[in-house]
Amino acid sequence: MGVSRRDFIKGVAIGSLAAAGTAKANSVRRFKGYEDTTGLLYDSTLCIGCRQCEKACNEVNDLPPVEPPIGDKSVFDHKRKVSDKQYTVVNRYKKAEGNKPPVFRKHQCMHCQEPTCASVCFVSAFTKTPEGPVLYNPDVCVGCRYCVFACPYYAISYEFSDPFTPKVARCTMCYPRIKKGLKPACSEACPTGAIQYGKRKDLLELARDRIRKNPGKYVHHIFGENEYGGTSWLTIAGLPPEDLDLPKDPMYEPLPNLTTGFLSLAPIAAATIPGLLAGFYAFTKRKENLHKEELSRKLKETKKAMSIEMEEKLLKAGIEMKEALDKVHDRGAAPPAAPSGAHGSEAPDDKRG
Amino acid sequence: MTSAGEHKIKLLTPFNIISGLILLFGGIIVLLRFAKGLGYATNLNNTTAWGLWTGFKLVFVALAASGYTLTTAVYIFGMDEYHGLVRPAVLSGFLGYSLFILILIFDLGRPWRIYYPFFVQAGTTSALFEIGLCVGLYYTTQFLELTPVGFEWLGWKRWRKILKAATVAFTIFGLFLSLLHQSTLGALFLSVPGKLHPLWYSPYIPIHFFTSSAAGGISMIILIGLISKRVFGHRMEVSKDKLDKLTIGLGKAGSLALFIYFALKVVDLALGDKWHYLATGWGALYLTEVIGFVLLPCMVYAFGYRERNATLIRYTALWTVLGIIFNRLNVAVVAYNWKFPVNERYFPSWMEYVVVVFLITLGLVIFRYVSEFFPIIRHHPDFEESH
Repeated sequence: MGVSRRDFIKGVAIGSLAAAGTAKANSVRRFKGYEDTTGLLYDSTLCIGCRQCEKACNEVNDLPPVEPPIGDKSVFDHKRKVSDKQYTVVNRYKKAEGNKPPVFRKHQCMHCQEPTCASVCFVSAFTKTPEGPVLYNPDVCVGCRYCVFACPYYAISYEFSDPFTPKVARCTMCYPRIKKGLKPACSEACPTGAIQYGKRKDLLELARDRIRKNPGKYVHHIFGENEYGGTSWLTIAGLPPEDLDLPKDPMYEPLPNLTTGFLSLAPIAAATIPGLLAGFYAFTKRKENLHKEELSRKLKETKKAMSIEMEEKLLKAGIEMKEALDKVHDRGAAPPAAPSGAHGSEAPDDKRG
Repeated sequence: MTSAGEHKIKLLTPFNIISGLILLFGGIIVLLRFAKGLGYATNLNNTTAWGLWTGFKLVFVALAASGYTLTTAVYIFGMDEYHGLVRPAVLSGFLGYSLFILILIFDLGRPWRIYYPFFVQAGTTSALFEIGLCVGLYYTTQFLELTPVGFEWLGWKRWRKILKAATVAFTIFGLFLSLLHQSTLGALFLSVPGKLHPLWYSPYIPIHFFTSSAAGGISMIILIGLISKRVFGHRMEVSKDKLDKLTIGLGKAGSLALFIYFALKVVDLALGDKWHYLATGWGALYLTEVIGFVLLPCMVYAFGYRERNATLIRYTALWTVLGIIFNRLNVAVVAYNWKFPVNERYFPSWMEYVVVVFLITLGLVIFRYVSEFFPIIRHHPDFEESH
């Protein structure tokens, strides 16, 4: 018992500590992203669908060659999705019409400023680095796939076919290359300059500049500037986001904020609910006790009333008996031994005499 | 020691043969899932990473609310007349959580790391972290709540007395934990506003999950009472007339819980201004769920209570339980990725269904045989006085 109670208390302590951590995460201050963080600007109007980025990505990440091979134009007949075999894919969203070129969009992890995957992970396997990339640590991953489930961009893959060491698979924004001062592989491989790497704030200026100078060519929007709190990958295009398989009208609030508010109630609940329930229990007990007291009080009263009644009855019976005896006495000769009551009544006669 | 001596157990009953075959076949599928991976056994993919098994995780926990609802009624609010149903209710709750943990193990990519969130690296911003913590603690609490049963069976009077003394503390702790994790299971979906259909996505989904779990738990107690009476007959401590009376009382509670849940659903439609979705196909599915499996059973429960009709209340309990399953699967599977065309949508594989049937059968078999050998549905003769 000693052990189980101690474990119990320990459990409560761990729970409260964990809850306190949650509350801290839900601070009022709005995180606007790291200063001087880097990112990539993808300009859909410059993309020609050559898939050199896909090839470079698979090479740098030690993945098998892209399927189908580069040059196979049938690849654009259907929409592909990122997978554990390809962290980036380019899809075509509009065929060429007359002298208008086709419209492409490159898919990959967007590297959110405040990533949902990081906030929903119950082992904190994801880290947003000050440089920009969101990194994943497979050494702690339990494989719950909440990150894959929650990602608003469908940009995270899971190695479902691996029975023993399945991992999350996604673009790393070439973090190892960035650390060495190199550009991400896709950006370097792009022959048209559709993928620009640089400081995020500079890229935003560049994007604004392009849209301002070519109002007819671009939709007036930089996808990733504010969506779900903003992303490191920025996208500008000639089609609105929803036509490029990007979320339509997403909120600008970071997604983690939707959950932390509720989770921060846990310590409040821990502080109030047990006491409240103990109170209810006390009320129930009190009612029971009052009921019991009432019962025993009534019992006592009844007993008392009964005993008074009994005494009265006994007294009455005594008097009646005496009277009856007196009658018998009056009719006959003096009794051999008068009862004590009779003595009392004779006493005044003695005094008089 | 108790009922085993009085009642001879037949091995080759239809129940045993059918459940034995299901367990054998299901066991093979589970082995295949571990040998060949999730990709082999399930239709899960990178766009639908959670499927039928996650849906049933929610179902198992919601229906395991039988434990907290009844212990709270009896030990906190002093409804002593329900005492005879406490042990079956707590046992089925405990088994519900056992099934939850099993399906979680099948569903995790690396289940052997299940302790990592608490002992290697904690992710306290995750709803899943809170669920893991609460479920772990609540599972332990339920186990301790059941230990007096084991001590009676063993004849350890002193230990039983000690554990019995903590009943109220366990009940309070259990309700607190249930309040947290039942609602946090709903909070799992707060992070997918764009992916879950607006009729099911709600900032109030944690409250919806908690309230509906109470309705589900109450309905489960009614069904457990019925099954116990059917299987064990006169060996059950609660007489038939008394059980009918308790069932009618539970029906009243069920009606109330469903009514609160229905009111919350209507409020949610109004606050989110979601009325226009009701005219769509998704709206038809939603109305089927909320009218057909919440409002109607709520009314029939109330009618059954007024007419003192225990049979009607038992059917309504089954109806409500099916409604809870319907709701949890809608949230976790059907209404998720609602914008996808049909050919991109997830449909569970036959192996995923087999594993669910396997687990439900396992739960029933364990409930049946634990009740057979341990003092669950009847007093232990040596412990009549304080039970």
